Amino acid sequence: MRGAGGLSAPGAAAVPREGWSRSEMLVVAGARALAGHRVCFVGIGLPNIAVALAQRTVAPEIELIYESGVYGSRPERLPLSIGDPCLVTGAVSVMSMVELFQYFLQGGLVDVGFLGAAQLDRHGNINTTVIGDYARPKVRLPGSGGACEIAINAREVFILMRQSSRSFVERIDFRTSPGTLGGSASRAAKGWQGRGPSVVATDLGRYDFDPVTGEMRLAAIHPGVTLDEVRAATGWDLRVAPDLRTTPDPTTEELRLIREELDPQGAYVR
Amino acid sequence: MRDAVAELVHDGDTIAIEGFTHLISFAAGHEIIRQRRRDLELCRLTPDVVYDQMVAAGVARKLVFSWMGNPGAGSLHAIRRRIERADPEPLEVEEYSHFGMVGRYTAGAANLPFFPLRSYDESDLPLVNPNIRQVTSPFGDEVVHAVPPLRPDVTIVHAQRADQLGNTQVWGLLGCQREAAFAARRVIVVVEELVDTAVVRADPNRTLIPGLKVDAVVVCPGGAHPSFAQGYYDRDNRFYLEWEPISRDPDALAAWLDEWVHSTADHTEYLAKLGEARWKELRPAPALSGSVDYGSYR
Repeated sequence: MRGAGGLSAPGAAAVPREGWSRSEMLVVAGARALAGHRVCFVGIGLPNIAVALAQRTVAPEIELIYESGVYGSRPERLPLSIGDPCLVTGAVSVMSMVELFQYFLQGGLVDVGFLGAAQLDRHGNINTTVIGDYARPKVRLPGSGGACEIAINAREVFILMRQSSRSFVERIDFRTSPGTLGGSASRAAKGWQGRGPSVVATDLGRYDFDPVTGEMRLAAIHPGVTLDEVRAATGWDLRVAPDLRTTPDPTTEELRLIREELDPQGAYVR
Repeated sequence: MRDAVAELVHDGDTIAIEGFTHLISFAAGHEIIRQRRRDLELCRLTPDVVYDQMVAAGVARKLVFSWMGNPGAGSLHAIRRRIERADPEPLEVEEYSHFGMVGRYTAGAANLPFFPLRSYDESDLPLVNPNIRQVTSPFGDEVVHAVPPLRPDVTIVHAQRADQLGNTQVWGLLGCQREAAFAARRVIVVVEELVDTAVVRADPNRTLIPGLKVDAVVVCPGGAHPSFAQGYYDRDNRFYLEWEPISRDPDALAAWLDEWVHSTADHTEYLAKLGEARWKELRPAPALSGSVDYGSYR
C-alpha cells in the first residue's frame, strides 16, 4: 500500500466539486499520500495539518517526528507551530534536537520527510531561503530549518505547496534543499540513503518523479482543474504521466475533520 | 534579572537565548533591551519574536540562525527590514540549518574543532556561508560537511525549576538548551520556581544543566511568555498572531517596545499589565507523569 496516493478515507461518501475549496483538496491530497507510511518527519506549515488529517484517516498508525525533538506525537489539538506543548503530552519520546537529527534522521529511521516550499523546480529542488539575490533579497524567507538535512536523509520526501507560475519555476533563486539530482542513480552515487522527492501535492494536482531522469510528472489532476490550468501554473514545459488520473473527491469525513477538528478557524485552509 | 544582565551581558557579546519554541526567555531579552546593550551577536536556531523585538530595539549587530520566522503566525519584519533594505541599518547574517546549529553548540560544548554531519551537499548554503565546509573521513575517503563550534559569551535559558546552586531541571521540549549552556562561557538560568536541592537530587535524570556551569539563577515566573513552560502555561498563540501587524509597522513596533518594555520596570510589571484574565486562559489542566523508583542503596 506504500505510496498509493489515490486512496479515499474508508466509510465516507465523496463530496462533489462545489462542496469544497482547492485549499481543502490540497490538504486532503497531502494526507492521502501518507497512506501506508510509518515514520514521518513533519515540517512546519501546511504539512503540519496534512499529517494531522492523515493520522485521523488513512494512516492511524503513523508515528510523527518533529524537529523540536519529539517522536511519536499524538496531539489532541492542531499545533500552531511544530514546537507546541500538545506535541509533548502523550508522546512516545522527547529528546534533544541534536539526538533527534543524529539518531532518527541521519540514522535512517525516517520514512517520509514532509516539506513545504516557496519555490520548486522540475527536479524537486526546494527554495525556502530568499526571493532575489541572497545578499540583498527582495523577500527574505525563513531559511532551511531542518529541511536541508531532511531532503538528504529521509528515505523519501513529500512536498506540499500551493502551485502557481511563481512557485513552480524553471530556475529557483536559491537551492536550500536538494531534490532528485536528475535521477536516483546520482543520489545513490552520492551515498545518500534517501531517494529524494517522490510526491508533490498542490492545490491543482499530484506529481511523481521519473526514476531515471528525476523529472517531475503530473500523475493526478484534482477534480474541476483543467490541464491547461495546470500548465499555466507551471514555469516549465510540464511532463504528464501517460495514465493521468483524476483525484477522488474529498470525503464528508475528511472535510468534517478539517472544518470541525483541525482548523475550525480556517487559519490554514480557506 | 537586572543584576544578572548588568553583570554578565556586555556590549559586543555573542549571546544565545535558546529554547526551541518552548522556554524562550523573553524576560531576559526585554531586560537586555531596557539596559540598552549594543552590537550584540545574537544566536538562535529560530530568532522568533524575541529577537525581532531585540533587533528592532537596536541591540544587535549580527544574527546567527537557521529558521527565521514567527512560527505558525507570520514573519519577523523588523529583522527582514534590516536584511532586505538595510532599514534602518544593515544586519549581518550567518546562516545554517537546524542540524548545523545544534551541531555547532555540541562541538562548542564538547571542546571539539568541528561537528560533522550529512547535510548541505548540493545545497547553496555553503556558497553563502564559508563556515560550512567539507571534511574527509580519516578512516576512508568519505566526505561529509562540517560546521565550526559555537561558544557564546553568554547563554540564557529559561527552565521550569532550579535550586540555589543552579542545578536546572527541564521537561517537555529540550531543544538545544543543554548544548547551548555547556558551550557558553557564562550561563544565566531563568526559572519558574526555585526548589530545594533535595528536589533535584530526588530526580537526577531530569537535570539538564548542572550548577557547575551556571553563573546566575534568576527566579522569574512567567518569564517565557509569550512562549511557554510545559505544565505551567501554554504558548500564547494570540500574542504571536498579534505580533504580525505590529512587526510590519515600524511605528507600531516602537510604540509596543516603549509601552511593554521601556515603560515597565521589570517582568513583574509586564505580567501585571498583561492581566490575570489572559494568564488564566494559558494555564493547562494537569497531566502528571508517573513516578519512578530510583531505589535506595546503602
